Amino acid sequence: MSDVTARPRAIGIPMDRIDGVQKVTGTATYAYEWPLDQPVYLYPVQSTIASGRVTGVDSALAEAEPGVLAVLSHLNAPTLTRPEDPELAVLQSDEVAWRGQFIGAVVAESLETARRAAGLVRVGYESRPPDVVLRADRDDLYSPVHAAVFGTGGGELQDGSPADSVLGDVDTALAASPTMVDATYSTPMYHNNPMEPHTAVVTWLDGELIVRCSTQGASMSQALISGVLGLEPGRVRVISPHVGGAFGSKVYPHSYAVLAAMAARMVRRPVKFSLTRQQMFALVGYRPASIQRIRLAAGRDGRLTALSHEVIEQTAKAKGYAEQVGVCSRMMYAAPHRRTTHRLAPLDVPVPTIMRAPGEAQGMYALESAMDEMALACGLDPVEFRIRNEPEVHPESGLPFSSRRLTDCLREGARRAGWDHRDPVPRSRREGRWLVGTGVAASTYPSPRFPGNAATIRLAPDGHYTVRIAAADLGTGTWTALTQIAADALSVPVGQVEMRIGDTALPAASVAGFSAGINSWGTAIWEAADRLRARLQAEHGGIAPPEGLEVTAELPGGNPDAERYAMHSFGAQFAEVRVDEDTGEVRVTRLLGMFDVGRVINPKTARSQLIGGMTQGISMALYEHSVLDPRFGHVVNQDFAQYHIASAADVHSVEAHWLDEPDPYTNPMGAKGLGEVGITGTAAAIANAVHHATGVRIRELPITLDKLVS
Amino acid sequence: MDLEIELRVDGTEHRLTVDTRTTLLDALREQLGNTSPKKGCDHGQCGACTLLLDGRRVLGCLALAVAHQGADIVTAAGLTDGELHPLQRSFIAHDAFQCGYCTPGQIVSAAGMLEEAANGWPSAVAKDPGATEVVLDDEEIAERMSGNLCRCAAYANIVPAIAEVAHR
Repeated sequence: MSDVTARPRAIGIPMDRIDGVQKVTGTATYAYEWPLDQPVYLYPVQSTIASGRVTGVDSALAEAEPGVLAVLSHLNAPTLTRPEDPELAVLQSDEVAWRGQFIGAVVAESLETARRAAGLVRVGYESRPPDVVLRADRDDLYSPVHAAVFGTGGGELQDGSPADSVLGDVDTALAASPTMVDATYSTPMYHNNPMEPHTAVVTWLDGELIVRCSTQGASMSQALISGVLGLEPGRVRVISPHVGGAFGSKVYPHSYAVLAAMAARMVRRPVKFSLTRQQMFALVGYRPASIQRIRLAAGRDGRLTALSHEVIEQTAKAKGYAEQVGVCSRMMYAAPHRRTTHRLAPLDVPVPTIMRAPGEAQGMYALESAMDEMALACGLDPVEFRIRNEPEVHPESGLPFSSRRLTDCLREGARRAGWDHRDPVPRSRREGRWLVGTGVAASTYPSPRFPGNAATIRLAPDGHYTVRIAAADLGTGTWTALTQIAADALSVPVGQVEMRIGDTALPAASVAGFSAGINSWGTAIWEAADRLRARLQAEHGGIAPPEGLEVTAELPGGNPDAERYAMHSFGAQFAEVRVDEDTGEVRVTRLLGMFDVGRVINPKTARSQLIGGMTQGISMALYEHSVLDPRFGHVVNQDFAQYHIASAADVHSVEAHWLDEPDPYTNPMGAKGLGEVGITGTAAAIANAVHHATGVRIRELPITLDKLVS
Repeated sequence: MDLEIELRVDGTEHRLTVDTRTTLLDALREQLGNTSPKKGCDHGQCGACTLLLDGRRVLGCLALAVAHQGADIVTAAGLTDGELHPLQRSFIAHDAFQCGYCTPGQIVSAAGMLEEAANGWPSAVAKDPGATEVVLDDEEIAERMSGNLCRCAAYANIVPAIAEVAHR
């Protein structure tokens, strides 16, 4: 058990962001913004068919444009080492696997010239009819096999877990049940759309490749990019101190960086390449669409007897990405008979990727909608129904939870939201034209620690500490939170600690993803601080020596306690919605979340992450929907005018609260992940509130006017 | 085709040669090295490139540089006058951002918006569009700031951060 009570001073204080001044003045340096000597600009050529092959590339007109330095295609691109991630095999063959795929690029002295010349490249195709529509009755659905980390990792789903799980006899239990819910829910494609487009600025310098890019993990980017270019990892340096949002889309997708590196090698000048917003809809991933059938059975006592969650999701023929959509149903509620399955539909579509709370975002919409339906069927309050079905241990693995205070979140959230005064009858509250309703849903997300972290701390003779680790700050508050952790671990004021992150010249770090950042990096820093304090005491009597003192801690493994405990964050979200009776317009007038996220390192930045996740949940529930053209296979609404994300006027009261009790096993700080739990369950809370307001159950996201007016 | 123009950016005069296709945003970022305004969509749909141009908020990605000979431009980097602008201090105090990429545009937009409201310009949610005085409640601020998208979704902090400055 960790020493969670150790000397906390900075942890728990709502410090302003260390990088705040840089960000409000616009002087934080994002990838595209590094000053370079004589840079050139890259603009890509994308396929205009969804399936087939390129039969010819005529670049004569493009090459004749003044200022054009090179035109790349599969005909002249450098040969890459066969990558583990097939998405990175840029320009390596004539095959086209989705519409919008890179099939070439122009490099020119100016961005304007590169863009114009790219439009002058003539491409011939041999086209196959595209197959892009996800349906549950397709005959080619398959069970994912070794889909984790491009097939090199264990497990079958992207998170390493098995595709299916079975306990007991679900079908018999369903048949014998007095109360049953059998419902199918669907979620569309969603695009991450960070505000900063994906960018790579590449320079070859004395045989070393310097990649300034926007990434969630400099070390992983270094491994992926060096691998595909056939370079020793040490010859690729990735620099990424500031990242303008990511939400999962800056973990794996790096084809743009590979393309820029190839171009830089050909023209021997620094190459700047930033995707346009439209290009991001084809090239940097998205949350795959899903169709989820949930069946629940309950006894007369309101306890679940069976839980079945069958998932069909889209994937790309180019890469078998398999998301863990139904995994939440393995751990949320007790039921003796249970089953989850995942099947993939291989389509001629862009490669999906991680998007905030991969799996849980879609899965918890379906599960928590079904739980609401079942609570109503049982005649129970949905808060009480969930509490009644709390498991004592992980229902499938049998492991105890390291901490699980979902019941407290439900009760305290209900108290703050005024849930007790709720009339459970749908369509029972009206204010003018508005039908008003409230809904609840639970939230959850795993709290893993990743292997492969190291941290170095140097104590200068003047008593200042420099902490070095290649961690990433995507807006998550990493600079600030890690500084607070280091200060407490060293038992010094935060003013004595300087944090350096976002550069592979620093000790290696795992990615900022899966809500594992603070858990993974913070543990490495804590360990390094403990060792430094011990050495300082033993060798120097606690006084900084004139030559300084430097200690590195390497933590190659993950959390050993993960074999003994199931580790997850939890929450309960309460939504109040208004639905215009005539137009079907939905407004979320209040959203309140109560979370169990262990000890909170920085309440200010933590709150921002939670309300950010919750607000993205509003956006997922009501606005976002990537519309795939069934004939051509591209996303039709590929910009911010047509792909709606929540704006200021869409957001009313959003509150996040937490229990703030340390978890004894997750890490020395007692923290659990909070980057993703905020978006899980939100769409269900809103859909449940819409049902309460109107009596209409929406089982297909997003909740748009047409579905309510008919 | 290239043309020579003069711009005053954050108080400094510049003379530069621009391609007639170059936007004001690219001229600032690529030629003058002022990367305070950000490129989020290049289509006038996100607001990350918002500038004050001769005192009014405009989108730098929708303005061609050659069309603005002699213009006076202020970015978030130039709002500081030795010390941070009250909006910048309020954004930090309210944690009204996460990744920071939309933030300079949000702040410049808010500065322009406060000026518009002070001049009595009505918004789409104005109760009385003919009123000479605008009361900047949260609904008014949210409406007037909805041209500035924030994917980190800090709106629940952005609106109070602006309200605090507006109500001083």
